[in-house]
Amino acid sequence: MKSEEKPKTLGPNKVPDEHGRFGRFGGQYVPETLMAALAELKAEYEKARKDPEFQKQLAWYLRYYAGRPSPLYYAKRFSERIGAKVYFKREDLNHTGAHKINNTLGQGLLTVRMGKKRIIAETGAGQHGVATATAAAALGLECDVYMGTEDIRRQELNVYRMKLLGTRVLPVDSGSRTLKDAVNEAMRDWMGSVEYSHYCLGSVMGPDPFPRMVRDFQVVIGKETREQVLEAEGRLPDVLVACVGGGSNAAGMFAPMIDNEKVRMIGVEAGGYGLDTFKHAAALLKGKPGILHGMESYVLQDEEGHTQEVHSVAAGLDYPGVGPEHSYWYDTGRVEYVAVTDQEAMEAFSMLAQTEGLIPALESAHAVAYVLKMAGELPKDTIMVINLSGRGDKDCMEVARLLGSQTSQAKEEK
Amino acid sequence: MNRIEALFKELGSRGRKALMPYVTAGFPDLATTAALIEQLPESGANMLELGIPFSDPIADGPVIQNSYTQALSKGLKSKQIFEMIGEVRKRVEIPIAAMVSYSIVNKLGPAEYVKSCVEAGIDGLIIPDLPLEETEPIRALITEAGLSGIMLVAPSTPVERQNKIAKSSSGFIYYMSVMGITGERDKLPAELVDHVVRLKEVSGGKPVCVGFGISRPEQAAMVGEVADGVIVGSAIIRRISEAEDKGMEAIVARVDEYVSSLAEALSEVGR
Repeated sequence: MKSEEKPKTLGPNKVPDEHGRFGRFGGQYVPETLMAALAELKAEYEKARKDPEFQKQLAWYLRYYAGRPSPLYYAKRFSERIGAKVYFKREDLNHTGAHKINNTLGQGLLTVRMGKKRIIAETGAGQHGVATATAAAALGLECDVYMGTEDIRRQELNVYRMKLLGTRVLPVDSGSRTLKDAVNEAMRDWMGSVEYSHYCLGSVMGPDPFPRMVRDFQVVIGKETREQVLEAEGRLPDVLVACVGGGSNAAGMFAPMIDNEKVRMIGVEAGGYGLDTFKHAAALLKGKPGILHGMESYVLQDEEGHTQEVHSVAAGLDYPGVGPEHSYWYDTGRVEYVAVTDQEAMEAFSMLAQTEGLIPALESAHAVAYVLKMAGELPKDTIMVINLSGRGDKDCMEVARLLGSQTSQAKEEK
Repeated sequence: MNRIEALFKELGSRGRKALMPYVTAGFPDLATTAALIEQLPESGANMLELGIPFSDPIADGPVIQNSYTQALSKGLKSKQIFEMIGEVRKRVEIPIAAMVSYSIVNKLGPAEYVKSCVEAGIDGLIIPDLPLEETEPIRALITEAGLSGIMLVAPSTPVERQNKIAKSSSGFIYYMSVMGITGERDKLPAELVDHVVRLKEVSGGKPVCVGFGISRPEQAAMVGEVADGVIVGSAIIRRISEAEDKGMEAIVARVDEYVSSLAEALSEVGR
């Protein structure tokens, strides 16, 4: 019998390889026009990464501007509900209200270092757009953010915030008018403006070196968590839980502890209306390896290779692909991936607000929702950390609209 | 020698340049695409670049992108495209190169895709999102099938890399005249001529064709002075869009008139 043993998962110091591959995933599937830019970015990032001066500068901005380290909060009341010791990593307390700023400050400083004057970005919910606009304002860079017209409609407040920060929000009216189309449009812009512009990709996706670089800018989450849990509990956590869209908050949380095999890791995908419908965004659980946005990774495609329409109540998870390192962790089995539905995420959203006074971003609420499902199943002394990747103020209107409409619909049915 | 190589050999011996129009398969429908392909040689085209619609094209501007969206909204399938080409191939002799995203090739499987191309009578593949470093899984398949694997060079491609791409490319080398996406440009870059001349120096004798941004007959003629072929896409797709509601005959006539004007301008080159 042939052995089915899976290869050992290589840690963040060993992947990606020189070709930008995490196992079979990753790579650079982009037009030749961008190859020189990616080579330049890769070389500059390599230098910056090893430059103590750059790291010092980034650490300074993270501390005095973004407000790091973010606290690790022991959630007593929530823990009682779960029957385990649950901590929240409070990325929601960062400036701009999410983990996105870790990456945009890193890439912003890199942009300055490369001598480029302009930064462009894509955004879905607007969180990465706001974080990019913020870093651009703080660093004196010109900033343009591409956003699907459907998302512009859903995220009025973030559109206004970006404009207030001096950024131009460029509407994208092609395709499904959401995040994936904004990525296409940002890449198109970059192809023509690469001499003076840096494309600040918002997640651990796209062509090499982005998945690796964005992960590196986000590992501050996992490094702090590791130290904070050790300090509070004298040992490493048993379980880490984070939501996965493109996967940057999860990668940042997981990567520093990937080599600690006893730490169980769970990534929660967007189950939308349910995995048995076509209205979800669970690229790992329901997708297949394919090519999208410059990378080989798990993707939701039809049998012809076209990108499928996806859905999640959380705009930040509403993406048909996932970062290549997650595909690698999925295939090696190092990380467990699961999904929760829109409904479960919204219930967790309210539950956490009422139990702990924390309003999570709908994205982060997916992680919370999965932990709620695990209630009572874990040994009491289990130490668990949930990455509270963002705050939910941005989602209140949308949840009110959805729950409101459900209530009125239910009334009408009666 | 496949049709593409034979074409450039023949044109080269007469000092002539190739005119290569681009049309999107299935835009506005497959019957019109077939009619266009049959008309193009009559209008003076030497070769055809056939765009395979994709849901998320990154290298294409709004005109071609819209043609993809429209074609796909009617449920266009790869199989139907291959069947259409297979049918037209019975009556059309000019070389056909398919321009297709690697997302599609990878999904159907590189071996399967190459086989379908050969069976339909396609002569070459242009895969714009498959740079040199990622060609490994498909390069041998293309060569063994006798197809041309046409690689792209950008204005930003360093000379050393141009050399490597030229070595790996077959049929011809596709030079993108501008940084950015497909689409008509009022002005072509001043350094275009120099760039093409430099690329020809490292191309190892392989033909160099220029695309992106070319729309006016005088632009085609200018590019033809230095390149071995001229590719025109968005300007044709725009004309198809404009004539769309007038029906197939009107579309074919409109494209015929335009491509003939390009052919005429190009025929003056070198005289």
